[in-house]
Amino acid sequence: MTDTASSLQAPRALRRAIPPDEAAARVKRRYASERLFKRLGFGALAVTAVFLVTLLTAIIVKSLPAFTEHRAVLDVLVDASIVDPDGKRDPNVLRAADYGSLTRTAIAAAIPGIEGRTPRKALNGLISSGAGDDVRTQVLANPNIIGTTIKTPLLFSADVDLYLKDDAIRQTTLPGAFDLTPSGLNGEITLTAVQPDAFSQLIKDLEQAGVARDADAGAHVLTPRDASRMISLNGGMVKIEKVTPTTVTGPALLPLTSVDTAKANAWAQLIYEQPESRRRVTDQEAVFIDKLKSSGAIERGFNFRFFTSGDSREPELAGIKGALFGTALTLLVTLALCLPIGVLAAIYLEEFAPKNRLTDIIEVNINNLAAVPSIVFGLLGLAVFLNYFNLPRSAPLVGGLVLALLVLPTIIIAARAAIKAVPPSIREAAIGLGASQQQAVFHHVLPLAMPGIMTGTIIGMAHALGETAPLLMIGMVAFIVDVPSTVTDAATVLPVQIYLWSDLPEAAFQQRTAAAIVVLLGFLFAMNGAAIWLRNKFERRW
Amino acid sequence: MDLSAVERIESARVAHITSNAKPAKVLARDVNVHYGDKHALKDVNVEIPDRGVMAFIGPSGCGKSTFLRCINRMNDTISTCHVTGKITIDNQDIYDPSLDVVQLRARVGMVFQKPNPFPKSIYDNVAYGPSIHGLTANKAEMDEIVQTSLEKAALWNEVKDRLKDSGTSLSGGQQQRLCIARAIAVNPDIILMDEPCSALDPIATAKVETLIDELRTNYCIIIVTHSMQQAARVSQRTAFFHLGTLVEEDSTQTIFSNPKDQRTQDYITGRFG
Repeated sequence: MTDTASSLQAPRALRRAIPPDEAAARVKRRYASERLFKRLGFGALAVTAVFLVTLLTAIIVKSLPAFTEHRAVLDVLVDASIVDPDGKRDPNVLRAADYGSLTRTAIAAAIPGIEGRTPRKALNGLISSGAGDDVRTQVLANPNIIGTTIKTPLLFSADVDLYLKDDAIRQTTLPGAFDLTPSGLNGEITLTAVQPDAFSQLIKDLEQAGVARDADAGAHVLTPRDASRMISLNGGMVKIEKVTPTTVTGPALLPLTSVDTAKANAWAQLIYEQPESRRRVTDQEAVFIDKLKSSGAIERGFNFRFFTSGDSREPELAGIKGALFGTALTLLVTLALCLPIGVLAAIYLEEFAPKNRLTDIIEVNINNLAAVPSIVFGLLGLAVFLNYFNLPRSAPLVGGLVLALLVLPTIIIAARAAIKAVPPSIREAAIGLGASQQQAVFHHVLPLAMPGIMTGTIIGMAHALGETAPLLMIGMVAFIVDVPSTVTDAATVLPVQIYLWSDLPEAAFQQRTAAAIVVLLGFLFAMNGAAIWLRNKFERRW
Repeated sequence: MDLSAVERIESARVAHITSNAKPAKVLARDVNVHYGDKHALKDVNVEIPDRGVMAFIGPSGCGKSTFLRCINRMNDTISTCHVTGKITIDNQDIYDPSLDVVQLRARVGMVFQKPNPFPKSIYDNVAYGPSIHGLTANKAEMDEIVQTSLEKAALWNEVKDRLKDSGTSLSGGQQQRLCIARAIAVNPDIILMDEPCSALDPIATAKVETLIDELRTNYCIIIVTHSMQQAARVSQRTAFFHLGTLVEEDSTQTIFSNPKDQRTQDYITGRFG
């Protein structure tokens, strides 16, 4: 009792009277410090939010064009002599036919009168090489359409698609102010004005834009680096290449229908602000596209192909189905290995293993494994699974094995934490009733720990879903067109697909990269959401 | 001390036991318990009779719970715990290596300080013990065991309409009686209670105490309690532990009215603890 008495007196001797103003100042300081901390915390949160929102917005905005595609709705004659020359409707013959020629015929019919090799090539290049495959699919599904003409959408090539999606392309139309006579219908055409100095305004504009008179040619000469100018008259389109005060010369991009003199206001000058050299489509192609657009043959629709086809060298045909299936198969292998091994290891370590130096070492090493860079697991997979066990390269099986190694420590740690969180009173209750240790664990502890284990597993799987580096080491970085159907087929996974596409020069692939990232993020969010939902739903309070 | 001296003491002790009116159910001889380096229980010798309530009292950390947990070998689950000496139940050494600890715990039920029903239905809580020991052949028998156990625990009338509800949805006192019903369902000889009322309010405590009083005609009950009043109310015999030794063991009346040891006297009069 004396002890307590003296310890009570000691602080009383130290205590001094604090004057009221000093006390008030102390309170004020405390409040100020609390306010400062709150503001700093809020600031940190705000910075994080800004980064996150910027990142997500940038990716989503970039990805949006990839989710739609442009198609030319054209009349396609399913020519029996090409598709089914024998008339036997043999599926193998139907499958092997040259459907590309059908689409080429269709587009040539839509824009008639094109002569010369280069313009024809440009015209054929508008339509994707995959458009013929769509026609093949239709023919195989319904051979009765052979010999008839069907109105069907034909997929544009990626450059055309991008051109149609590009809102930055500006076109100006200036109506003609004087009469103009063309020298021909096709090829190089000279347009002559009767009025002297008729093109003085055009020359003035050109000089303003930096086009000087070429003394050798005796005219102002436009190059692909200048804004493209064309004159549309008599149902055709002439590109302006050389300008003198009374004549304009250039190739006919669309053939004219007559050589009659076009009255003022019956023709117009078209200006494409973006120079040809800075576009993915040439003037020739742009004119074809605009012609199709004005005839109403272009439709825009949701890009289902992105989800239903595998990778391709052609951006407009490339999809993520192969990567999605590869990911699913890989994660399936990972889950099948990780969940039982991880949970059993956690149960053994937590409930049965004797606490000694050996289990301590094992525990420390599991925690260390969780921190090992993922590329190291990739190298291990390369050395062990590929080189030693000779498992197939690029296979989801090997990818799953490697990711299982990567995720196993995470799952063991999460499962141990979940098991540890089950109150010992539950264990004691079961053991006190005469349950064996094993019964106590499997009847009571494990069911209660399961939500925690599932949460940890899902988060581990989400980690595996986003993992790229170790898969590069085992060859899952290859260009694979086919959708994998077994775990030993060559495959790639979503993050690696993103990595592959991000490396390609085509602008359309950049949009597809962003779209694939959006899909990957969607899966990650869904998985993390599922983990949170599980945690909230099964969270127990004892 | 030569061997004959040991034998003399032993025979005197046996004479003492046999002279006792009730035969000992639980017999402890020179029980020592170490937690690692800590010597938690020193040379405890006690005989606990069948049918009745034995209370263990003493200040915190005196070893009474440790000794209680030796009787159904719950201490086995603590890896650092080391028990020496001999404890017999019905003359059978419970630390005999050939003895199956699961069967021992089926005979020695336990009720814990904090009510710890399984987060399952009330029915499943009671049915769990019989099911793991295979005491029933069919659902009807199980229903009967569940009902009689809950009736014995004076809980049947309160829960008979909601047997499918979670055991954790009951009040604290009901949960503790559910834990008692759960222990009874295995049909043990002995029920160990480790401060069963310390987490309960006075009304729930009174109900549990009434229940203990009813159960003593059929079971050997050993209760650890911090409350001397509770020991006085429910027990017929009381043992006082202090600093790991069993200081004194006698009829409850004697302990509370006329203790032989000064430490017991000091404790029950509130000088320490």
